[in-house]
Amino acid sequence: MARKEKVRVKTSSTAVRMSLVVFMLVMAFFILGPLIWLGVHAFVTNWTYPNLTPDGWTWHWWTKVFADSALEEAIRNSLIISPIVVLLSMIICLPAAYAAGRMNYPGRKTFLIVMFAANSFPKIGLFASIATLYYALNLMGTVVGVIIIQLLGTIIFMTWIPAAAFASVPRNLEEAARDAGASKFRVFRTITLRMAMPGILVAIVMSFLASFDEAQGTYLVGAPTLFTMPTEMYSLVQNYPIQVAAVFSLLLAFPSVLLIGLARKHIVGGQLAEGFQIK
Amino acid sequence: MSQAPKEDGLTLDGLTKVLGGRVIIDNLNLVVKKGEMVSLLGPSGCGKTTTLRMIAGFLIPDKGDIYLDGKDVTTLGPEKRPSAMVFQNYALWPHMTVFNNVAYPLKVRKLAKPEIERRVHEALSLVNLMHHKDSRPGQISGGEQQRVALARALVQEPDILLLDEPLSNLDAKLRVKVREDIRDLQRRLGITTVIVTHDQDEALSISDRIAVMNSGRIEQFSTPQELYDRPETEYVANFIGSLNHIQGGYSQGQIVPGSEVVGIRPEDVIFSTTQELGSYPTTVELVVPRGHFCEVYLKRADVELRAFISSNVPAAGSIGFARISKALIYKDGKLVRVA
Repeated sequence: MARKEKVRVKTSSTAVRMSLVVFMLVMAFFILGPLIWLGVHAFVTNWTYPNLTPDGWTWHWWTKVFADSALEEAIRNSLIISPIVVLLSMIICLPAAYAAGRMNYPGRKTFLIVMFAANSFPKIGLFASIATLYYALNLMGTVVGVIIIQLLGTIIFMTWIPAAAFASVPRNLEEAARDAGASKFRVFRTITLRMAMPGILVAIVMSFLASFDEAQGTYLVGAPTLFTMPTEMYSLVQNYPIQVAAVFSLLLAFPSVLLIGLARKHIVGGQLAEGFQIK
Repeated sequence: MSQAPKEDGLTLDGLTKVLGGRVIIDNLNLVVKKGEMVSLLGPSGCGKTTTLRMIAGFLIPDKGDIYLDGKDVTTLGPEKRPSAMVFQNYALWPHMTVFNNVAYPLKVRKLAKPEIERRVHEALSLVNLMHHKDSRPGQISGGEQQRVALARALVQEPDILLLDEPLSNLDAKLRVKVREDIRDLQRRLGITTVIVTHDQDEALSISDRIAVMNSGRIEQFSTPQELYDRPETEYVANFIGSLNHIQGGYSQGQIVPGSEVVGIRPEDVIFSTTQELGSYPTTVELVVPRGHFCEVYLKRADVELRAFISSNVPAAGSIGFARISKALIYKDGKLVRVA
């Protein structure tokens, strides 16, 4: 009898495993399918229904993108603006995050909740009202205007995540450093900041992606004089063959993939993980 | 205020600390001699950790002064005091290797690299952890972490070593071994040490002197032996060791009616099957084996006594004779005589 039961357990676990595999395949198809389609299209001369394979392979679309000055400018704008946005966001938000995570003052909770407010409105409405302000301040179509718009989307990441990271540094680790003779600033630099670093790195990655991918506000403020990679996509889709959009999509995805890869290595696989016992 | 003390060691002079409107430390005085190991012993909430944190500099007393080797350090921050603390949960920095944890205080002091290396190696050898110098705190056992914390404190060559319940996170067997190691190291280095503990066994076994604390005050400050033999207050007698507590009087080895409290240590109750001088008949109520001895409950009329007996243990229900070899007599909580 015992043996029979064992057999039954085995069949059911095989069934479970099989359905899991099927589920994974379906998921993979949904997630990776469009990406593969994109990846392939960036290199094909033409590939249309009902052909099962592309007509041919080419680098033509890549040279086309890099030869086009408007596209090149969009890439340059993105690569300049996003790091500035992240840097400004860090300068503005990290001290606030430290205060929210480490100090207790009246209105601390309210402050953190208010951070959500900007994200809880439909963004386009918010941007429209900001636009009227921008006209008055002559910020329409300027780099400063775009930077401010993109900053808004990073604030939530740059306050909440580092605040939690600062709050999770045990106080007696700081006390032990004071006891060892370190000044308050040195304790902050070598212990508190160092231990909060994984959280701050995550916030940096999230903020960069939020800024890099921001299209709505950037289009509203920047167009028609200032384009970044995502806003350039709008005109690409209308004016170029699909293959150019595919190339551009890959370019747009490249920094994100790179950043997430780096962050993964440093946060999950690296030594910083041990401090948080994640492994 | 009073004159700064001339002698070396630690002097706490009239310390008072109020936290959240409650008096935690109430006019506390304590003198720890150089090279001495002193325990602050008491139940949780008695103020022992607060006292230690004031010595370390994490708390500034509201009143009173702290002197270290004759210098007034009352208002100095922890980074400026020649003290080193071992925290209850060790407080090792998880992002640094064992070596770097121990090297941190020396790096802060801007010592030369070879000097740092030499002293860290010395400290790690002292606690037998050289083989773990490149490990991280998360990779070693609790006992080893404790030794790293100790090495990090010793490497500073502090004038005073502060230990906050250093053994409470270790299992029972390890605790005994580590406390012997700590005592051994302390003796060898001759370092003035204050250790906070709620465990009387720990305090009795490693201290030169013990300060028994009760709600922010020191009830008694004396050697372990003296504390056990002659507890000055009923509180201390209860806290250290076991005690039979009898309301009454004591006269010529007998409990008599009275208004005092008679305290008798269970090992001072001598049981025998034959009548001796001064003994009285008694019934064995209950025998509880405790390993190397038995706890025996003896009853006569309305007085019940606990005795610790290690050989010729009587059976429950048998009849014999009990003699009291020593009694502590308290009035209003204070020791009035030892008989």
